[in-house]
Amino acid sequence: MGIEEHLGNNVLTTTLEKVVDWARKNSLWPATFGLACCAIEMIVTAANRWDIARFGMEAFRASPRQADLMIVAGTVTKKMVPAVVRIYEQMTEPKWVIAMGACASSGGIFRSYAVVQGIDLYLPVDVYVPGCPPRPEGLLYGILKLHEKILKDPFLTARYRDQIAPARRKHGHGH
Amino acid sequence: MNSAELAPKTETMLLNLGPQHPSTHGVLRVWLELDGEVIVNADPDIGYLHRGIEKMCENRTYHQCLPLTDRLDYLAGTANNFGFVLAVEKLLGVEVPKRAQYIRVLLAELTRISSHLFWLGTHGHDLGAMTPLFFAFREREELMDLFEMVWGGRLFPCYLRIGGLAADLPEGFIEKAWDFVKKFPERIKDYHNLLTKNRIWIARTKDVGVMTKEQALDWGWSGPMARGSGVDWDIRRDTPYSSYEDFDFKIPLGSNGDTYDRYLVRMEEMVQSNLICRQVLEKMPSGDINVNDPTVILPPKEKVYNTIEGLINHFLLIEKGITPPKGEVYHAIEAPKGELGFFIISDGSPHPFRVKVRGPSFINLSPTKVLAKGRLLSDLIALIGTMDIVLADVDR
Repeated sequence: MGIEEHLGNNVLTTTLEKVVDWARKNSLWPATFGLACCAIEMIVTAANRWDIARFGMEAFRASPRQADLMIVAGTVTKKMVPAVVRIYEQMTEPKWVIAMGACASSGGIFRSYAVVQGIDLYLPVDVYVPGCPPRPEGLLYGILKLHEKILKDPFLTARYRDQIAPARRKHGHGH
Repeated sequence: MNSAELAPKTETMLLNLGPQHPSTHGVLRVWLELDGEVIVNADPDIGYLHRGIEKMCENRTYHQCLPLTDRLDYLAGTANNFGFVLAVEKLLGVEVPKRAQYIRVLLAELTRISSHLFWLGTHGHDLGAMTPLFFAFREREELMDLFEMVWGGRLFPCYLRIGGLAADLPEGFIEKAWDFVKKFPERIKDYHNLLTKNRIWIARTKDVGVMTKEQALDWGWSGPMARGSGVDWDIRRDTPYSSYEDFDFKIPLGSNGDTYDRYLVRMEEMVQSNLICRQVLEKMPSGDINVNDPTVILPPKEKVYNTIEGLINHFLLIEKGITPPKGEVYHAIEAPKGELGFFIISDGSPHPFRVKVRGPSFINLSPTKVLAKGRLLSDLIALIGTMDIVLADVDR
């Protein structure tokens, strides 16, 4: 059979991509970044009753450079949007965005001159969590959905397919 | 080199605190001019959460404004609803039945406790005390469960209606509220044990942000901020609304006007709120919860389904909304953070012509410059914490 036959139960074989995805998923560090009412529910999610530490995510980082998840928690106004985009740009790759609540997803009930009608006009959003504000369980469910997404992230396969394989073909290596 | 070149060159540094900062309680931005660690000038820059709530009220019916007022001071939704419905009721000239008044007081006081608990947790956390956050949130979650029984959600109630309430209290609520009210005084002792005589806490809060009585009045402070400076003023006692005159409670006052005194005032306010809740639960009358006025309150469902008059009445109230007479009205209540007033101009149409909110957070924030000047940068964090601002209430 395969290599497992010789190694027994002592060694696990997997792909590099899966290991990296698994590691990324289990140490997702959110940026400490609250905008409005949803931030209160985000704080509560991190506090004792819901305890986000169960998912390896209790390390909220005040510096965007140490964070890889941005939870856009609340209403984004037109005055605030440059700061939000700046913080996102300061985060290092790979990075993910959760739009928490109706305001961040679509502007919510605030259809006014001052409010951005959804942060997805400016940032690539991975998960939308509905609610005004979403319950802490809702946010946790959104986070778990994001975990699933990260586990399936084909970042190496995609790179091989899109960049490496065409280059090899071009230089006559065939494949 | 001559001596002039060797002399230390000093210049002030500009530092930008916020709008993304864990200790600014939202999206407050403060322009700081620093000489070393000493603040030379601190200019708050607000407007990062301006949603245009006052403007949006103008093309909605009075009842449609209620969900918008929820989101003013999002830590105390009921208090905002309370101010708004009382202002509209004053305009309409109706008074809700005693039971509705008592239920409103009960929920407003529970909301005050919940808001103060959140303040306690975050203020302590900002100044380096982690445990108060967990203790305070434990009780706050119990309150959230109570609130959920009543209005189905956690933060935003929208349970008060113009002329009454959305529904009567659910079954089992009174017993659960009693449970909370009975055990809460014991829990407050836990917080006192953690902070009141804690040397670090005293060092961080005593003589920080001192405001004299005269200054507090000049700046228009209200609520626990003013009472921390010794201003003996509480709207619940001085111009009672919604049957507050039926209850006995004390107004705690501070003497030094510093952050520590304001901490003590708020702690005592929670005890007094709890006392009011106890009295409400003891004296809770039975009876109607809505005014008997078909131009304000929806008719009962059996009338809507069985009579044409009821159907028309229901349709008009839903489609057109209530129409208060022409006029102006101002009504203020004692919200957890201070005086929350609503100024409404009605032109006789179903939509308010103008709604102006006098939010406590905005006015409590305004003397930041005066209080921060000459203090250390770390004191500014204590100052923002003690002001207990909610940026949605500042910017609206």
